[in-house]
Amino acid sequence: MKKVYTRPSSLKRNPFHYCPGCGHSIIHRVMTELIDEMNLQERIIGIPPPGCSVFAYYYFDVDMAESAHGRGAAVATGIKRAFPEAIVFTYQGDGDLAAIGTAETIHAANRGEKITAIFINNAVYGMTGGQMAPTTLLDQQTTTTPYGRDVKLEGYPIRMSEILALVEGAVYIERTAVNSPANIRRTKKAIRKALQTQIDDLGFSLVEILSPCPTNWKMSPLEAWQWIDKEMTKQFPLGVIKDTTGDKDAN
Amino acid sequence: MAKVLMTGNSAIGEAAIRAGCQCYFGYPITPQNELTEYMATHLSRRKGCSFVQAESEISAINMVYGASLAGVRVMTSSSSPGISLKQEGISYLAACELPAVIVNMSRGGPGLGSIVASQSDYFQATRGGGHGDYRTIVLAPSSVQELADLTHHAFALADKYQIPVIILGDGMLGQMMEPVEFKHEAPEELPIRSRALRGAKGRPSRIIKTFTSKPTELEEINWSLYRRYQLIKKEETSCETFLVEDAELIVVAFGIAARIAKGAIKNARTDGLKVGMLRPITLWPFPSAKVEELANGTKHFLVFEMNMGQMIEDVQLALAGKGEVSFYGRPGGVIPTPSEVFRVVSRLYYQKGLK
Repeated sequence: MKKVYTRPSSLKRNPFHYCPGCGHSIIHRVMTELIDEMNLQERIIGIPPPGCSVFAYYYFDVDMAESAHGRGAAVATGIKRAFPEAIVFTYQGDGDLAAIGTAETIHAANRGEKITAIFINNAVYGMTGGQMAPTTLLDQQTTTTPYGRDVKLEGYPIRMSEILALVEGAVYIERTAVNSPANIRRTKKAIRKALQTQIDDLGFSLVEILSPCPTNWKMSPLEAWQWIDKEMTKQFPLGVIKDTTGDKDAN
Repeated sequence: MAKVLMTGNSAIGEAAIRAGCQCYFGYPITPQNELTEYMATHLSRRKGCSFVQAESEISAINMVYGASLAGVRVMTSSSSPGISLKQEGISYLAACELPAVIVNMSRGGPGLGSIVASQSDYFQATRGGGHGDYRTIVLAPSSVQELADLTHHAFALADKYQIPVIILGDGMLGQMMEPVEFKHEAPEELPIRSRALRGAKGRPSRIIKTFTSKPTELEEINWSLYRRYQLIKKEETSCETFLVEDAELIVVAFGIAARIAKGAIKNARTDGLKVGMLRPITLWPFPSAKVEELANGTKHFLVFEMNMGQMIEDVQLALAGKGEVSFYGRPGGVIPTPSEVFRVVSRLYYQKGLK
């Protein structure tokens, strides 16, 4: 009988600690499948952030190092500059990449650093208990926007991928989601392309993934999947945001 | 090789390259810019090397963290306000036992302060500086030659103890020119540390981290760091003494202040005053045993610093009441002259009735 489903060899045998319905486990699974398929286990280095996915190294069977909050792009820059043969990815949340680490992210992209950012957008600070993130939707209730995010007081949900698309050193940016089998397949395809962009030495690549956080959204996993379609994608439309990898002068 | 005339900042850069420094990450701030510029000119195009002018000091230190993870010799430099920003990264380097060399050509503070030489970062440098229970080795050169020598030594110490090493200079040392001789040639092959992250090839995957949900695990990490710090105290404490054998009064000063004090002591000796000097070269570990030993010869100590009195606390701790400690300091970037210090020394000498 043909085996059609198995644990990727770069995924450790540890049960996920993530909440039921959380997107991290799906994304870890997709990424470790790709690490196997693209034969990267021996040369990839991952930089997980503080937050729920700080324990990513319990699951990824590849070299990894913790980063200070928001500094992933700078740490990845240091690794890649010191050891250009490595394939380096950061794994960052919305608070990490789009609030405290905005400067690091934009400037790494602008230098065209050959690194890949996996940007998990779940519209809240997850591990700290569901506070407002830079990507929290208008009217969305969080522990620090108990009356709903009010544009007059808390500003707008930031579209970081669109901002990064204006940066010339960023050559591939796509926004996907992990709220349906079809979207999970698209996510895998996007991450493959982002890693390939780095392997081909073309520049900075990023995949933004809309990812459910049922615990902090106070929804069932199914409601969370539906909320991504109904609400999140209105502010954060899915699709390729920038792709200049085919341009000859892409750095 | 023959001596060359160089600024202190440039001498650090040249010494770092000759020590096999492969990566440098910096951000402009006065009075250390000549070092960043030296690395842009001399390191950035070197084979296998990398230079980045970062978007902030925070980014620069995190790039240092990344390059150190990848196992290469790496350096950053800044001056006081920039060093404050780097403290987050220095804490992570210390926590993850990653070697790095961090240069602070310090200036007057607090706040934006001034751009001229000061020694007011002593506490920050010698007490860890960032969050958590850690120390860094702190080297305090007092001449351009010593800047070069200690830069070379700093890389060796960082690798030996897997620890960040701070070179605490000041704006005057950084910007003055002196003849300097480089005693080492740049290595042909750049060293790669054994515990580096370079992909899990032919070995199990490796994790560099401190975060844990088990307090006892983190407690053990702290104990392990502590044991290493005890070893460093035993093995690496270093200082210079000057005319202490018959001294009735001993001046304790570090860095550029020691240079000024030396001039004052020479004048005092001409006048027949028996004055000597202790100059700590490692500020951490502090040469406490030497201070204690000197207290067998005289009870009178004068601590002279270009700040409001910071190292004085280490001198008092070392003496544990066995000596009398006076203080003279000029904060804010004011640079006292040897004759000013000589007046302070001679007044104290006569006040105490020393012969």
